[in-house]
Amino acid sequence: MSTIQQEASARANAVGNVWVRRGWPWLACLIIALLAPMVFSSGHDIHMLSSMAIMMVFALSYNMLLGNTGLLSFGHAVYFGFGAYIAMHAVRWSNDAVLDGTGYGIPIELIPLVGGLAGLFFGILFGSFSTKKAGVVFAMISLGIVGLVEASSLAFTGFFGGEAGLFGDREDLNSLLGIAYGRSLTVYYLMVFWLVVCALLMYLLKQTPLGWMANAVRDNPERAQFVGYSTTMVRFLQFSLSAFFAGVAGGMFVLVEEIVTDEAIGFLLSGEVLLAAYIGGIGFFFGPIVGAALVVYLESNLSAVTDAWLLYFGVLFIAVVMFAPMGIVGILFQQWANFRAGGWKGTLPARLYCAVATLVGLLGFVCIVELAYHYLRSWDPGRPMTLLVTTVDATTATPWLVSAAILALGLGLLIFHARPMLKRAVDAAGGGK
Amino acid sequence: MSQDNALTLSGLKKNFGRAEIIRGVDLDIREGERHVIIGPNGAGKSTLFNLISGRMEVSAGEIRLFGKPIHNMSPHKVNRMGLSRSFQVTNLFQNMTTMQNLRCALLWGMGHKYAFWKLVNKQKEVTERAEQLMEQLNLTHRRNVPAGLLTYAEQRALEIGTTLGSGARVLLLDEPTAGMSRSESDEVVELIRQVTKDCTLVMVEHDLGVVFNLADRISVLVYGEIIATDAPENVRSNKAVQEAYLGTEVH
Repeated sequence: MSTIQQEASARANAVGNVWVRRGWPWLACLIIALLAPMVFSSGHDIHMLSSMAIMMVFALSYNMLLGNTGLLSFGHAVYFGFGAYIAMHAVRWSNDAVLDGTGYGIPIELIPLVGGLAGLFFGILFGSFSTKKAGVVFAMISLGIVGLVEASSLAFTGFFGGEAGLFGDREDLNSLLGIAYGRSLTVYYLMVFWLVVCALLMYLLKQTPLGWMANAVRDNPERAQFVGYSTTMVRFLQFSLSAFFAGVAGGMFVLVEEIVTDEAIGFLLSGEVLLAAYIGGIGFFFGPIVGAALVVYLESNLSAVTDAWLLYFGVLFIAVVMFAPMGIVGILFQQWANFRAGGWKGTLPARLYCAVATLVGLLGFVCIVELAYHYLRSWDPGRPMTLLVTTVDATTATPWLVSAAILALGLGLLIFHARPMLKRAVDAAGGGK
Repeated sequence: MSQDNALTLSGLKKNFGRAEIIRGVDLDIREGERHVIIGPNGAGKSTLFNLISGRMEVSAGEIRLFGKPIHNMSPHKVNRMGLSRSFQVTNLFQNMTTMQNLRCALLWGMGHKYAFWKLVNKQKEVTERAEQLMEQLNLTHRRNVPAGLLTYAEQRALEIGTTLGSGARVLLLDEPTAGMSRSESDEVVELIRQVTKDCTLVMVEHDLGVVFNLADRISVLVYGEIIATDAPENVRSNKAVQEAYLGTEVH
């Protein structure tokens, strides 16, 4: 190609580049979302995909606080929960209207909006006093509020439905588009619609004056004040809008589950959304999306494979916090940038070696955990257990020793051989990481 | 020069527990002047700035900005009334680029407030004003560099730009040349002279070369009291000042 041609195409690339760079993750996500039901087509899988969409909206709304404004909340499920409960009351009210033939009710497509408005209302209510201060004070108040609300959910059974929760029926709702939402696949596409709308809005919100000043208040509250902004007001607005999107997620949840219990409003879900956002990466817009998908996937599938799934979950979280505070998307982004800068040249074998050693170590760890769970929790520890491809007896020493050996081998190789080798290779290739 | 007062301090006091740091300060800053406050370490210069900018509450007395009381208001309200300050230690949005810092400083003053229905990048006037400021500060070539990675002198310049950006008419600059080499400090003084033409400037400064070069009037603060306020040449010949301050540092 001649130089002139090269220059011309480079210029054309530069123009297209901005859109390609910004747009490709969106397009990729959309295509994956639309095609996913063809791969994961069982009822269980479709339900999981819908749950992912809900968790993504919820985790993105959480990141409006943690990632964008620097507010660590332990009680974000309150707004999800109130959104869900009030959306459920709207569903029930509409069910009655439709079944009695007395009215049109609220169409199913708009139920998430009802949840959002409920979230917004409670966000304004609780945000009005909890956002006065950031940091520990805010975190403690959020913890207090979720405790208060969770306790009330069992006390006020009229509103919360007590331990049994509240039921509603999405099939007895009118649809703006005349669609019957009986099949879970149809509901899934409604979830995708709301996910796309919410994600776009939250993305745009980051680029507004409020979004900018949220970052400013996070990084340097004092300077933000000296350019004219009330830090309390910025936090409060950001908090209320975040509660709105959490409420939308609650409303989506109601349409998928058709039941809402106190699980939707308590500590556990508050912790889960924190995990999802953090594991994915709070410094990146797509971080919480990836984190939510992973967390829901693990919850939905790992629990069927092993009793120890919650333990693995905890280990994953600790590992991310300790070794990859930027989250999964952060690591991918870093490695990608590194790769593009040529940092992988000549170091690929060492990198692969590190990865393999890590996997071997993990394998050993998993075997030990599974053995321990079987040994300690089974009513008959001597019962043969399936471990990977073999069947072993957890009361004998052999499987323990073999597992420990695998773990030691993996860790040993990683620490004493693979990492030093990678370090040498990187140094030899001239810097980079 | 207009004789209206931009800033009036009367009977201003500040104590921390029993320690009196500011012991009754009366001071008029005229509109449009460049007023430098000097004084030995521990005289209370920074405390005075903190009181005026709303960072600390006053113990007694009052502060008026263009005739309106501003003491004990929160900093963002003081800022909106037209007073802005810089800090002795660089105080920027470290992760944001030069351009982003300037835009953040401009947003409120240009009426965008807490808007969440418009995009920052689409606000042409904000971008243009930021470009203009960046040109004045000689930072255009550092447009997309995060503030934390700028050189010290550049950070100080950006700090001044951020202070200017909010559209304030009264600027407080707290030791803008601290820790700079002679040539860097000359550049910053030149910059200050250029960019603050239409503003009232109140400055704390240690470097007496800078002080006498820049000031219209000088106030000398010693142990929480102002012992003289006058034109530079009169301050230089003032006996009390020489005893308290200049004599010990200038030969």
